[in-house]
Amino acid sequence: MRLLGFITVVLLGGLLFHLSLDFPDLGDASSPAATHVSPYYIEHTMEDTSVPNIVTAVLADYRGYDTLFETAVIFSAGLACFFLMRISERTAPKARFYRHLPTGLTLRIEKGGKIPEDTREFERIDSVWVPYDVIITMTCRLVVPFIQLFALYVIAHGHHSPGGGFQGGVIFGAAIILYAISNNLRRTLRRMSERMSALFGSVGVIIYGGTGMLCLLLGAGFLDYRGMASLLGVDPVSARSYSILIVETGVGLAVTAVMVWIYYNLSSAGKQDEGL
Amino acid sequence: MNIIGLYNYWIVVVLMMIGFYVVIAHENLIKKLVGLSIFQTSVFFFYISTGKISGATAPILDPEYHLYSNPLPHVLILTAIVVGIATTALGLALVVRIQESYGSIEEHEIQSQDTQDQMESQLEAYGFRKKHILSIQNLDE
Repeated sequence: MRLLGFITVVLLGGLLFHLSLDFPDLGDASSPAATHVSPYYIEHTMEDTSVPNIVTAVLADYRGYDTLFETAVIFSAGLACFFLMRISERTAPKARFYRHLPTGLTLRIEKGGKIPEDTREFERIDSVWVPYDVIITMTCRLVVPFIQLFALYVIAHGHHSPGGGFQGGVIFGAAIILYAISNNLRRTLRRMSERMSALFGSVGVIIYGGTGMLCLLLGAGFLDYRGMASLLGVDPVSARSYSILIVETGVGLAVTAVMVWIYYNLSSAGKQDEGL
Repeated sequence: MNIIGLYNYWIVVVLMMIGFYVVIAHENLIKKLVGLSIFQTSVFFFYISTGKISGATAPILDPEYHLYSNPLPHVLILTAIVVGIATTALGLALVVRIQESYGSIEEHEIQSQDTQDQMESQLEAYGFRKKHILSIQNLDE
């Protein structure tokens, strides 16, 4: 099988090498990719939408349908992970471990045993022994708010600099996942519960689709943001710029929530009890 | 035609063939997913490299610049990267479920378990009791 696969790969690779000779050079300004629809975007983005970042304008305005359904795909992937992995019935684990914070001793409590009552002194830890590391925990606690602030900047400043909903959403989700890795899953779930991440994911998609429907109700086409002008009280060009921000916020919410949701389910194999 | 100007396609082809080989040659499902990710990355590289225009700046309009690279591949790949992460996560979730129900993520073991189950159910349909079926040799081996 390996030899057969190797021969196939070499033949196909050789064919593709041969075909690449007919392709345009790297950086060729007259290549087909750079001559058809792209010049329109570069020349008309400013007068159409007043957004300097052409990538953002194309993403959320000219090719808004594409992005709407990409967001829907991401949300569906999160939902599919949930349906595949999530184990809803609560079977008690064989043993639970608690750390007594003042002394650093670890308690092992068998199934049916009495769980310590004073939760301020006892902290539940994972059954795979996790050392209590002050440096990692404190560093991440200090860094996470700044990462989240940067994520919000990336979402909000996508009109004028590289950025937007997808990038900012992934950075925000990564900050929450960093918190989960440096602390543990239960503490993260107290901050951002699974219900909340599911809700945010669907709200993000609804914001995007709802903006499109609102344009339809206001007399323009689906996702034609010029229709929002009367609602926002600005001229049609600014309406497109503002609507791009609304849509990007929805994308950011959905991406953040889905990244965190997938992490919750994958890291704990669906139990969401013990995990990183 | 400048041969050196085509090196981006060669990198793409090499990466793509590495990914493709991993997908077809390995039986381990996790390794197959790694191969798929490498394959996917090569497609991202291909799109991004077609967007480059020599001497051009990033596609953010500014009065100081007059030459911008092609924004369209950037847009397409921007969404594709995040969707790629989500689909990879979905693939990993499927692998976890397969491991739970088959006890293995090696393709031939899953296959032999499936054929075993299928033959047993066929024999039962012909009227054999399950306790009378002592063992079934897999015909492929």
